[in-house]
Amino acid sequence: MRDRGVIYTGLLTFLALMTFPVWHDLAAKTTSRGPEPVMPTREKLCVAPLSYMRTSHMNMLMDWRDAVVRHDVHSFKAYNGKTYNMSLTGTCLTGCHTNKAEFCDRCHNYAGVSVYCWDCHVDPKMAGRSAK
Amino acid sequence: MKISRKRFLQIGGLTLCAVACKTAVGELLDIGEGNSPSAPGAAPATRWAMVVDTAKCFKKDGCTDCIRACNKAHNVPAINDANHEVKWIWKESFENALPSQANPYGGEKFRDKPVMVLCNHCDKPPCVRVCPTQATWKREDGIVMMDWHRCIGCRYCVAACPYGSRSFNWVDPRPYIAELNPSFPTRTKGVVEKCNFCEERLVNGQLPACVAACPEKALVFGNVADPKSDVRQILESRFTLRRKPELGTQPNVFYLV
Repeated sequence: MRDRGVIYTGLLTFLALMTFPVWHDLAAKTTSRGPEPVMPTREKLCVAPLSYMRTSHMNMLMDWRDAVVRHDVHSFKAYNGKTYNMSLTGTCLTGCHTNKAEFCDRCHNYAGVSVYCWDCHVDPKMAGRSAK
Repeated sequence: MKISRKRFLQIGGLTLCAVACKTAVGELLDIGEGNSPSAPGAAPATRWAMVVDTAKCFKKDGCTDCIRACNKAHNVPAINDANHEVKWIWKESFENALPSQANPYGGEKFRDKPVMVLCNHCDKPPCVRVCPTQATWKREDGIVMMDWHRCIGCRYCVAACPYGSRSFNWVDPRPYIAELNPSFPTRTKGVVEKCNFCEERLVNGQLPACVAACPEKALVFGNVADPKSDVRQILESRFTLRRKPELGTQPNVFYLV
C-alpha cells in the first residue's frame, strides 16, 4: 500500500465526477422541481377529467383527428355534457390553453417528448405572422 | 350404399365445375358496380361539383382573387422555384387546360387565355386507386379527401393524377407562407397536398374560398345531385366541358366555354 495516496485521490476524483449531476442539481435546487405547466385561467373544466387528460390526452387527440379527418365528425360530447368542436388549434389552444409554450411545451420538454403536431398545426399566437 | 370409384370421380368433377362457374358468374355480375362504399346503384345524396364560367373569368384581366383567397385560407406556400411550387388552384392556358378541344385553326382570341384549374374531385379518381396507405380517399359526398397524417410521401398519386393537381412538399413550406392562418394546418416537408374543395368551410355551411372571392361570380359551386342546385341547372341548360374526358376519370369540375 505504498501508493495509497494516489489510489485514494483517484477514487475521490472518480466519485466526485460521477455524482456531479446530483450536487449540481442540489445546488441549483432543481431536483424536486416538476414541469410546472401553467394552468389556464379562463376555463376551469377540461373536456375530460384531469387524471384522464394527464395520461391519455394524446389518445384523445388521435381519436379527434380520425373523427374529423376520416369520418367528417366534428363535435365532441364532453364528460361534463357540453359539446365542443374537435380542433386542437380552434378549441384547445384558442379556448383554454392560450399559452402553448408554458403548458404543452413545458411538460413535453420535461418528459423529453418531441411531438410533431406543431410541424403542421399552428399556435394561434403565430397568426398573421410569417413563420420565418 | 356402395359407391364405385368411377362414380366418385364423376361427382367430384361436377362439384369442382359448379364452384368454378359460380365464382366466374359472380365476378361478371360485379362488373360496373365498382367498389363504392354505398349501396350499388343508389345515387349519392350529395355530390359537390363546380362550374367554371371561362367567359366571366376572362372579364377582369389579370385577376387572381380566387387564388389569393385559397392560398390564404389553406396556408399554401408561395415558392417561386417551379420544381418546388405548391398549387391548389391556378391558371393554365386554354390549350393545356382543355387539350382535347384544341384545333389548329383560329382560336387566337382565347388560346392563350388562362383557365382556372384545380383538383377535379373525379368520380373515379386514379390518385385514390394508387395510394398505398389510403391517405387519400373518395368521400361519400364526392370530395377526394386527403389525410396528411397518413401520407408517406411516395408520390404515386402525383404520378397518377392526369391533371397535375397534386403538389409535393420538397421543402418545409412554412417559411414560404406570408401570413399564417391558424384555423387551417400547414403541411410539412414530405407530404402531398391538393385542393380539398374547402371541406372545412362546407362543414360550416360556407362556400369554398375561391367561389366566395370571385368578383365576377365565374365559379359556381353546389350539390350536383340536387336537381334544384345552381350547378345542376347550368349543367342541364348549357353545354359544358370536362378536362380530358377520354381518360374516364369523370371530373366534377365543369367548364363553360
